[in-house]
Amino acid sequence: MASLDEMPFKIRVFLTTYPWRRIDPPAWAPLPRPLSECRLGLVTSGGLSMPDQPPFDETVKGGDWSYRWIPLDAKLPSLVESHKSDAFDHRGLAADRNLALPLDRGHELVAAGRLGELNRRHLSFMGSITAPGRLIAESAPEAAAGFVADGVDVALLVPV
Amino acid sequence: MCNQTVSLVAAELERRGIATVTLILLRKIAERVGPPRALAVPFPHGYALGRPGDTAGQGRVIEAALALLESATGPGPVLADHSLD
Repeated sequence: MASLDEMPFKIRVFLTTYPWRRIDPPAWAPLPRPLSECRLGLVTSGGLSMPDQPPFDETVKGGDWSYRWIPLDAKLPSLVESHKSDAFDHRGLAADRNLALPLDRGHELVAAGRLGELNRRHLSFMGSITAPGRLIAESAPEAAAGFVADGVDVALLVPV
Repeated sequence: MCNQTVSLVAAELERRGIATVTLILLRKIAERVGPPRALAVPFPHGYALGRPGDTAGQGRVIEAALALLESATGPGPVLADHSLD
């Protein structure tokens, strides 16, 4: 488990005093059918983009709230990581993109019959959003609507 | 902040009928934010699925997340822990 205690003092103070957004009212969707019949969508906050997409903009005050679609056939090593945070060790993600966007593990689960199928595209955000107003009001609803249009049943969300 | 970002996206997905499970690196933040179904993992930031190249270990984390999707009953939030044992 990551711990606040192991973070730099400046970040620790920030995280301790930050007004975290409470999800209220609680949101809940039941599992609609057995997982072996479900279509899975992945969501990462790893700041990954395709080589032909604009990278995330680390200069946006309060955090870049935009998102990128990562197609199912993306070659993981080719994805560009532009996450601005210095609060985590980027070496793991550089060595294995599955740590943020586990497409390879997803393919294995489908092959094993544990999951029905993977969606044709997956979502990438950059997680360093300290002012999430536009994420909540604009980009998250828009991205979620994309998954709904795709017929996604279940989603796995992976922070970095 | 990543923990909050994915949690807020998860809530939006759930409101639209998509069942979610969110991996969490800082349990305290999940307790504050309240993602619908969350699995706290015993790894440092940048390593939500464990070690790079550890196919089996990463698979166990995802299997635990999928099991939580199957077992958790609403209304949430539901926060569980992934053990390495």
